Amino acid sequence: MIPELGHFALVLAFVVALAQSSLPMLGAARGDRRLMAVAGPAALAQLLLLAVSFGALTYAFVVSDFSVALVVAHSHSAKPLLYKISGVWANHEGSLLLWVNMLALFGAAVALFGSNLPPALKARVLAVQGMIAVGFHAFMLFTSNPFLRVFPVPADGNDLNPILQDPGLAFHPPMLYLGYVGFSMAFSFAVAALIEGKVDAAWARWVRPWTLAAWVTLTLGIGLGARWAYYELGWGGWWFWDPVENASLMPWLAGTALLHSAIVVEKRDTLKSWTILLAILTFGLSLLGTFLVRSGVLTSVHTFASDPARGLFILGLFAAAVGGSLTLYAVRAPALKGGGLFQPISREGALLLNNLLLATACATVFIGTLYPLFLDGIGGATVSVGPPYYNTTFMPLLAALVFVTGIGPMLAWKRGDLAAVLSRLTLAGVGAVAAALVAWRLETQGPILAVAGIGFAFWLLLATLIDLAGRFGLGRGRPAEIWRRAVGLPRSAWGGALAHAGLAVALLGMVGTTLWAAENIRVMRPGETTTLGGYDYRFDGTEQVSGPNYSSDFGRFTVSRGGAVVAVLTPEKRFYPVQGTPTTEAAIKTTAAADLYVVLGDPDGQGGWTVRVFHRPLAMWLWLGFVMMSAGGAVSLSDRRLRVGAPARRGLAAVAARPA
Amino acid sequence: MTRKRRRLYVLLAALASLGVAAALVLSAMRDNLVFFFSPSELAAKHLPADRAFRLGGLVEEGSLARDADGLTVRFKITDLTAAVPVVYKGLLPDLFREGQGVVALGMLGSDGVFTASEILAKHDENYMPPEVAEALKKSGQWKSEPAP
Repeated sequence: MIPELGHFALVLAFVVALAQSSLPMLGAARGDRRLMAVAGPAALAQLLLLAVSFGALTYAFVVSDFSVALVVAHSHSAKPLLYKISGVWANHEGSLLLWVNMLALFGAAVALFGSNLPPALKARVLAVQGMIAVGFHAFMLFTSNPFLRVFPVPADGNDLNPILQDPGLAFHPPMLYLGYVGFSMAFSFAVAALIEGKVDAAWARWVRPWTLAAWVTLTLGIGLGARWAYYELGWGGWWFWDPVENASLMPWLAGTALLHSAIVVEKRDTLKSWTILLAILTFGLSLLGTFLVRSGVLTSVHTFASDPARGLFILGLFAAAVGGSLTLYAVRAPALKGGGLFQPISREGALLLNNLLLATACATVFIGTLYPLFLDGIGGATVSVGPPYYNTTFMPLLAALVFVTGIGPMLAWKRGDLAAVLSRLTLAGVGAVAAALVAWRLETQGPILAVAGIGFAFWLLLATLIDLAGRFGLGRGRPAEIWRRAVGLPRSAWGGALAHAGLAVALLGMVGTTLWAAENIRVMRPGETTTLGGYDYRFDGTEQVSGPNYSSDFGRFTVSRGGAVVAVLTPEKRFYPVQGTPTTEAAIKTTAAADLYVVLGDPDGQGGWTVRVFHRPLAMWLWLGFVMMSAGGAVSLSDRRLRVGAPARRGLAAVAARPA
Repeated sequence: MTRKRRRLYVLLAALASLGVAAALVLSAMRDNLVFFFSPSELAAKHLPADRAFRLGGLVEEGSLARDADGLTVRFKITDLTAAVPVVYKGLLPDLFREGQGVVALGMLGSDGVFTASEILAKHDENYMPPEVAEALKKSGQWKSEPAP
């Protein structure tokens, strides 16, 4: 009964979406306020209906209702509650239901908090959201219905793939989806602005918080995913340049560019058509990401069984959304007049350079990800593009980006003085070189690239600190005065600095975990010791342990340095009988200098075990960097000026008053 | 500065970064494209020994053996028409099993043994790497999977 209710709510949501996508659009075109007013309640109704639908599916999972096909395929009565719930979105159909729920959440937020939006713009934005919803609802109802029943009802389910039974992964997809879908807001605003033919500072002010919110969650989502890969897969790596990972990186890069170009639209009323294009592309890449993940067209360590017919449907959806909006863009964009002029060396110029670098980086990832598909499509050889490709294309661009990020925020709007900025950054330059030299001294066997990476990271970190110190006038005036100035600094300035510093810190971690990484693999018998990175790992043996739905070989390692015990690590080899699959649970001890990482392999049948030990320097800083970046975004989001849906009327008046 | 001049600068910068990207991509593509072959294809053509590629198929039943050091594993990858011996030193993926799909990255030695540096096994029960499915279809040994 409950699943039928969910199914019915989903069908109703589809019908409501049809109304939401058409009536307000018609109303906005005709200037009919009553038709436009349909948008708000329709968006709220969507959220309500989809929440009911999602709740019904969650209920089916929690009570293990095995008359629902999806529950049979992905759940089991003996599974812990957390994974019963996360099992709702750990599969194709359920994850789509989560996707549309996020979409409805954003739509409802516009309906509730967008009371100061011009009615026509609001109606059009919600109508475009409705169109996206129509596409996805149809996709679900016709090709991937989560509520299909099975008869006869099986006694128990097939269980969730054990590798997905992990707390990190329980939150990774919702975060990622919030990000993907959050960019739909920028997209809807862009399309609505194109229909209206008007993009101004106020428009940018409405778009930026949504983009920022999406970016924050996407950053967090990517970070969680990388972290999950790091400790769950037991390969000691966190990023494999896998198509599915790239699918989340591309919208992130485009979204980061969008975030920065929207600043220019807001402050300087220029770069408008570029920003609109970015908004369309960012969401387009989010859709592409969904397509790549859900269609299974690419080989990937993440690919799960899926159905090409569904891929075709998403491809159609993608073509309609991107093709339609780009056509609209081609027709309308030339009418968008640019405003403020600027010199090449200026804040605008630096932000533009940031955009170019990000867009280029995004393009290299795009080519690397889709080229194999393209070659396969035209009947060529089957190829794949591995990490070396990205190391030679993406990494130089990232280095250039990091370098520019250090300088950009210190340049003045309109016309900047590069020489003055560089002289203020002397200290950062000296610090960067010094850090690189120290790194070289400490890790003589490391590649030169690692030394350069450390230099770049310190450059950005120090430049950000110098910029921040300059803003609140460190060293000028009494401490109380400095404190007041620091507190008075807009939150967006703090947020930006935090995010940039986060990038620098993450770069430290990337260099350490990839370029200085060391590993050791051997067969160990209980009592034996292996040494790596200055630490001694003593294997104490294994014991049999049983968990709620698995049995486990529980290993024990005592790690010591110079005779003093540092940690006891307990890697596991688990076996999940329902799916008949083993999983590897790595054990990691995190310190500021390095992660000590042990994986238990297979027994060799003579009392020994294959053991893989990893030394991952600076790993902690990588995760800290991710957290700092998203926290920076969140702090910036909390700026009064940018508060979601509340661009102060005062601000609007100021914009209007400014001479064009 | 006039609007025209600014547009020119922006265009030049865009073209420059596009050019750099194109150069990077082309040079990287030339060196880093990894080709995929099935055992039959490998038997049919001669490949340069110094180039890494990916080999995919099924792990031949009964072919898995472990060397005395406990680390080195040997098995055969087959598309049921031809088989290639593979040697790999390291931990096998959790889902590596005889009779199931696998993709290995590595180089072919002059002795005809493929030395793998990376082994990719499938991630869930129903999944078959698309290249492996394709290879099996080519060799005429493909049995359509039961509908999920």
